[in-house]
Amino acid sequence: MGALGLIIKREYKARVSNRSFIIMTFLSPLIVVGMIMLITYLTSLNQAGRQTIVVVDESGLFYKEFESTADIDFLDLSPAGIELAKSEVEDKNYFGLLYIPQNIKNNTSGVRFYGNEAPAISVLEGIEEQIQTKLTNEKLLDRGVDLDLIDESQTTVSISIEDFKGERTSKISSWIKAGAGGGAGYLLMMFIIIYGNMVMRSVIEEKTNRIIEVIISSVKPFKLMMGKIIGTTLAGITQFLIWLLIGGGLLLFLALYLNLNPLENQSAVGNMAVTKMDKIELVVLDILNLPLLKLAFFFLIYFIGGYFLYSSIYAAIGAAVDSETDTQQFMLPVIMPLMLAIYVGFFAVIENPDGSIATAFSMIPLTSPIVMLMRIPFGVPWWQLALSVSILVASFLFTVWFGSKIYRVGILMYGKKPTYKEILKWIKY
Amino acid sequence: MTDLLVAEHIKKQYGTYTALNDLSIAIPKGSIFGLLGPNGAGKTTLIRIINQITMPDSGKVFLDGEPLDPKHIMNIGYMPEERGLYKSMKVGEQVIYLARLKGLSLDEAKKRSKYWFERLGMMDWWNRKIQELSKGQAQKVQFIVTVLHRPKLLIFDEPFSGFDPINASLIKDEILQLRNDGATILFSTHRMESVEQMCDHIALMHKSNKVLDGKLIDIKRAFRTNTYEIGIETLNDTLESKNLLHTDVMSGLSESWEITPAHFKTINENDLKIKVKIPEHHTPNDLLNYLTSKGLINHFVEVIPTVDDIFIQTINAN
Repeated sequence: MGALGLIIKREYKARVSNRSFIIMTFLSPLIVVGMIMLITYLTSLNQAGRQTIVVVDESGLFYKEFESTADIDFLDLSPAGIELAKSEVEDKNYFGLLYIPQNIKNNTSGVRFYGNEAPAISVLEGIEEQIQTKLTNEKLLDRGVDLDLIDESQTTVSISIEDFKGERTSKISSWIKAGAGGGAGYLLMMFIIIYGNMVMRSVIEEKTNRIIEVIISSVKPFKLMMGKIIGTTLAGITQFLIWLLIGGGLLLFLALYLNLNPLENQSAVGNMAVTKMDKIELVVLDILNLPLLKLAFFFLIYFIGGYFLYSSIYAAIGAAVDSETDTQQFMLPVIMPLMLAIYVGFFAVIENPDGSIATAFSMIPLTSPIVMLMRIPFGVPWWQLALSVSILVASFLFTVWFGSKIYRVGILMYGKKPTYKEILKWIKY
Repeated sequence: MTDLLVAEHIKKQYGTYTALNDLSIAIPKGSIFGLLGPNGAGKTTLIRIINQITMPDSGKVFLDGEPLDPKHIMNIGYMPEERGLYKSMKVGEQVIYLARLKGLSLDEAKKRSKYWFERLGMMDWWNRKIQELSKGQAQKVQFIVTVLHRPKLLIFDEPFSGFDPINASLIKDEILQLRNDGATILFSTHRMESVEQMCDHIALMHKSNKVLDGKLIDIKRAFRTNTYEIGIETLNDTLESKNLLHTDVMSGLSESWEITPAHFKTINENDLKIKVKIPEHHTPNDLLNYLTSKGLINHFVEVIPTVDDIFIQTINAN
């Protein structure tokens, strides 16, 4: 085994046999699943108690559509008129009042919900969807379209959902994609920071231990740095794969165990069996349609690329200082682009995944790992992925070169805390 | 005797600071070579260049006649002044790891580290972590790490610092044994007593330059001042008789004989103790003949310059 192999092996072993690594690896998925369960449980508590919604339907088209469910009673007070219904709601302390104006067919903006509290989004969305479906059906009927034909058309639509995969932009699937992409991007940022810090700490440790001189009398500093970075990357990949297995298994178990409960909560209004089934199917399909494998694969690619990029900077910082407390002044330029990437991701990408800002930031190497990961669930052309990865690879080759220059000199420098200017001078040594 | 390591016209600059200025040095095979110099003289830079940790700006280094090359890493063992090992790594594992970085196979590294651990009575430490060992114990581990791959050239930077006298003498004996087995040893130190005892060649560095080098005996000979330390017993061991004797001795010697007071231990309280520098065209025998009539001579020794003296004298002269 060559020296590089030995170093990689030692670094890997040092990382994974670290107690906090083991605890983090096996505890984190449990914590995440625990959080999801807790949130689900708290959400279900939140919705406890039956709510009554009064419906005033001047158009007379919809009141029959709303059927009471386990959580919500619909009370049709259309004949009483809007003003009477309002006072009725206030007297009886009902949850709210849904008003549908007479000219709903021509002007859909007239629908109102009156209430002291805003209803859950899922309730509102359920109502909206039913009104939309009914209205659409009405309009189609008005134009003499056979509703049977529409049913057939709907079947066709659900098949085409699978074909389109990431290209669809329904409201819910957007959120699922944003969640998956955002989660992956955020995880990547955490990985880069956590593992970058590991490399930095290990460089500082070697420097303060003074073992550095013994080692670089045997191997080139560049090899030591690379061995460190690669060994730590492998530890990171190990952790990610373990999380993938544990997390995937636990989530699957959770999904089976909770079965339809969370979905029922979501479609609280779903009185129409067909609509409800569509919705569940849609969510399940959305999750299945997420490019999960692609996401995991690119997570690894961007983790390795982004990690190499940042960790060589981290290694250089570690080499430049004598103790961890001295690293503060150098950390800002590292953390800034990562934070920027997260913000760009959460605002620009979710708003418009193919917009020019999102596209640009998914090319800039310091931000591309995070931003591109967030874009992937929405579908990214292959040429953009290829370009982004190529730029990333070229950039990390540069930072590894640059970092090793600083590293090479820094590891042998003791005493005073260097300034940026001095560090730049080292490159010429 | 041929030279194991030859460095020719080495120059190294850090920015505007010159660390080594056209330095040449030759370390004979099988010798114990002392590299001396005050802090900041450039010793560490030179050692780092020999270890290929840093590259010289110009100049060449040859090991055993070949230009220095990464493959020579295997032939050099280096114990830096600031000792360092991984604190949380097990001792045995660590020694094997560092030996394998030097190019030993796993089996060979295991075999040899077992041998050394047994030799120095350290087998119990094999599975302990460095942080559980005392400083002296860690030093012994460091020593093993340095010599395990049986290098031709051993470089020790302040090898005895941190050792108690027992372990220091143990390590000294091991170093001498390694030399007898054919290794060449380069010491970098300011501890002159270890240089006196062990080195047969020295080089003195000052402000990035070599100011002196050669065989220790030759250098001492060059620095000899023909000065003798003399002790003469007085009649009744009193201060008065000592003063009388002093005047008596002085009266018979012309001004060309430099006489200064000397300080050494004898068993009488009031012996006359002086240092006499013998002028040209005279011999110690002349002095001895002259003194025999003055009293009982109990001490007559040539003042051989210590390395310390040579060191201070040379540095001050530069």
